[in-house]
Amino acid sequence: MQACRLAVTDIACQRGDRLLFRGLSFALTSGDALHVAGPNGIGKSSLLRILAGLLRPLAGEVDQGGEIALLDERPALDPHQPLGKALGFWQRLDGPADNEAARLGLAPLRDVPVRFLSTGQKKRAGFARLLGQGAPIWLLDEPLNGLDRDAVTLIETLIGEHCAGGGICIIASHQPIDLPDARRISLGEYQP
Amino acid sequence: MTGVIAPLLLRDLALLAGGRRGNPLLPLLFFLAVAMLFPFAVGPDAPLLARTGGGVIWVAALLAAILPLDRLVAPDLEQGCFDQWALRGIAEELVITIRVLAHWLSFGPPLMLAALPASALLGIGGDTLARVELGLLAGTPGLAAIGVLIAALTAGLRGGAALAGLLLIPLAVPLLIFGAGALATGGASGIALCGAISLVLVAIAPFAGGAAVRAAREG
Repeated sequence: MQACRLAVTDIACQRGDRLLFRGLSFALTSGDALHVAGPNGIGKSSLLRILAGLLRPLAGEVDQGGEIALLDERPALDPHQPLGKALGFWQRLDGPADNEAARLGLAPLRDVPVRFLSTGQKKRAGFARLLGQGAPIWLLDEPLNGLDRDAVTLIETLIGEHCAGGGICIIASHQPIDLPDARRISLGEYQP
Repeated sequence: MTGVIAPLLLRDLALLAGGRRGNPLLPLLFFLAVAMLFPFAVGPDAPLLARTGGGVIWVAALLAAILPLDRLVAPDLEQGCFDQWALRGIAEELVITIRVLAHWLSFGPPLMLAALPASALLGIGGDTLARVELGLLAGTPGLAAIGVLIAALTAGLRGGAALAGLLLIPLAVPLLIFGAGALATGGASGIALCGAISLVLVAIAPFAGGAAVRAAREG
C-alpha cells in the first residue's frame, strides 16, 4: 500500500447556527489508527465528512495524501438489487478485488435484495464495499453499530490488518473499540 | 474515464428502465391513457381531434417524462451514492449527464413508438404524424434534461414535489411552443428550434444538476 497521510490544522465545524467543535488538530501517517469518541451530536460524523472533503470546515485546513474510503450509516447499495449485484456495481468501478464477501460471511446472502438485510448484514455489506475500494485511508462512522460480537471482532481484526499494512484508519464511535495501538481523541474537549 | 461511464450507465438503465425503481411502463401507459381518454372528453369530432391531437400528444409526453421525477436523483443522494462517487473522483456533472441519457432512453424511444397507436386514436394523419415523431425526437432529450435537472434541484428539499411543478412550467414552455407549434405552422423551422432548445437544456443540465447535488450535500 502506498504511503498516505492525513492531517488537520485548527479546524472548526459549524452546522446550521451551532458551532460543534473548534481548534482540532492532529496528524496521521501510514499505520496510524485514531478513535474519535464523544456522545451523539458532538460532530463526529461531520468531522469525518470534513476529512473526506464532502463538507467544508468553518476554519482550518485539511491536508490529505491518499485515496479516501468512507463508511457511514448508508451502505450506498441499491435497496432493490440483490446484494451480489449491488456490490458488483462498486466492484466494476473500483476494479477487481479479493474475495472479501466470503470473509465477511456475505456469500450466502448474494441473492438477497439489500432491503431485506438486517442492520448488521448491511454494515458488513458496507465493509465489503469499503475493502473492495482498496483505499489507504479509511473513515469509519460508527462501524460497530448493529454488529454481533463475532462481527465486532472481525471488524477490529480488519482494521488492525489495514493499519499494519500501512493504511490509516479513523473510527468515529461512541462505543469502545479494541484497538491497542489506536490514538484517541475525545471530541467533547473541543466544544466551544 | 470510460471505465466509469459504462458501469454507471448500465446501473442507471437497470434502475430506470429495468423497473428497479418504479414501473417503467407507467409513463407509457399514462401517455396512452391520455390519448385514449381525450376523444371521450372533447367528443367524437374528427376534425377537432385531428387539429388538437398533436398538441395533446405533446402535453402527454411532457407529463409522462416527469412521472419518475422523485426517483431520478433523490434515492442516490439519500443512500450516499453521490458521496461515494465524489470520493472516487467521479464528478457530479458526469453522473448527471449519464442520468439524462438513461432517463431519455427509458422513456423517449418508447414514447415515440407509443405515439403511433396514440395518433390512430386521435385521428392524426400521416403528414402530421411524421412531424409529431420528428418533434418528439428533437424535444424528448430536452424533456429528459428538464426532468433530471428538476429532480436534482429538489432532491435535498422537503416538499420538493410542489416546487418541482413550479420549476417545470417555465422550463417546458419553450419546448412546447416550438415542438407543438410546428404542427400548426407545418414548417420544419419549429422542429429545428425545438431541437436547439433541447440541446441548450441538455448542455445546461449537467452543470446546474451537479451544482445542485453539491449544494444538497453541504446542506
